[in-house]
Amino acid sequence: MTLLGLDNLTLTQTAAYVGGAAAMGLGAIGAATGEGFTASRASEAIARNEEHAGDIIKNMLVGQAISESASIFSLVIAILLLFMDMPDPGIVKAASLLAAGLCMGFGAIGSGVGAGLPAGRSCLAIARQPAVSGRITTNMLIGTAVCQTPAIFAMVVALILLFKPAGGAAAFPTSAALIGAGLSTGLAAIGSGYGGGMAAGASCEGVARQPETTTAVTTTMLVGQAVAQTPSVFGLLVSFVLMFRSFPESTALSASVGLLSAGLCMGLGGIGPGIGNGMTAEGAVRWVARRVDYSGDLMRIMLVGQAVSQSTAIYAMVVSLVLIFVV
Amino acid sequence: MAIEGAELVKAAALLGAGLSMGLGAIGPGVGEGMAAAKACEAIGQNPKEAGLLTRTMLVGQAVAESTGIYSLVIALLLLFVV
Repeated sequence: MTLLGLDNLTLTQTAAYVGGAAAMGLGAIGAATGEGFTASRASEAIARNEEHAGDIIKNMLVGQAISESASIFSLVIAILLLFMDMPDPGIVKAASLLAAGLCMGFGAIGSGVGAGLPAGRSCLAIARQPAVSGRITTNMLIGTAVCQTPAIFAMVVALILLFKPAGGAAAFPTSAALIGAGLSTGLAAIGSGYGGGMAAGASCEGVARQPETTTAVTTTMLVGQAVAQTPSVFGLLVSFVLMFRSFPESTALSASVGLLSAGLCMGLGGIGPGIGNGMTAEGAVRWVARRVDYSGDLMRIMLVGQAVSQSTAIYAMVVSLVLIFVV
Repeated sequence: MAIEGAELVKAAALLGAGLSMGLGAIGPGVGEGMAAAKACEAIGQNPKEAGLLTRTMLVGQAVAESTGIYSLVIALLLLFVV
């Protein structure tokens, strides 16, 4: 079976190059924006406290380096797509390579922007409280590292898609399922990456405001970020189902579109709850730093609020799974 | 390959279901998160009213949730009824 009248190798190479371009083009958005934010806050911080310019610049560069990692993942996937061998070209392999590029491209956006937020706000925090700059930088590093998780999920899915042998899988609907798998993890990572960054940003500010509350602030940040990562875990789950379930051959349009739609549904549906959970965690972290004696109450309300905000991601997952298993 | 009308309609319904729930989940997720963030702030400022503030937050979120539920209903209608 051929598509668009192209032979298998041409089709697969075309898909790989488009995928590579998408991986790097989309993947550059997040890190660049995040690092720009960091630099802008660093300038502001130096203007306020020029005596500690050295510390602030050091902190800015460390933060930007971590924020950069999401786009480095994209670069790796793009280079692999451009130069890898294609032992089993065909429609399934073509779909798989295109999906790998899309997954990594979309997946790097949230983590890149997200990691820029704590990096920038920690520069301002150092200008405000230079005495605890070490503690602020450590806190920023923990926060930005957690922000990278969604991008890492996207990279894992992209690598599986790159190297998964097409085997004898039926061209349709398997190829649609693979593209759905890429979109599910890639899009869902946007919200979680950005949300995790919001929580981490507030915690850097909190440490500067009340250095003695560092433990409570970091704990609240980590719990909040963990919950904000759930939509991207749902995305990963749907991707794995789409990648590893074997679908009976069907050239019916609805079979293919249904699986693609399952991936899109979970991917898009994960964006909002990821950002919302991050906002909630940001509010909670900010107030734990100010009223550490009520950190238990704040943690409780944060978790309740996040759980409710999570509900639409769960609906999206249910609809995705219905599209995969029932319809 | 030739696509029959009924097949196209079914495919469009499945795609529509995914888009309905996927796009429809964005707004409530962000909005409810915002409500919860402000509830945390309010409890920080006035911890004595934690019970009232939690109730208010939940009521507000329930209302914000409604559009997410509409999306779910439309998605399920597209999947099973239309």
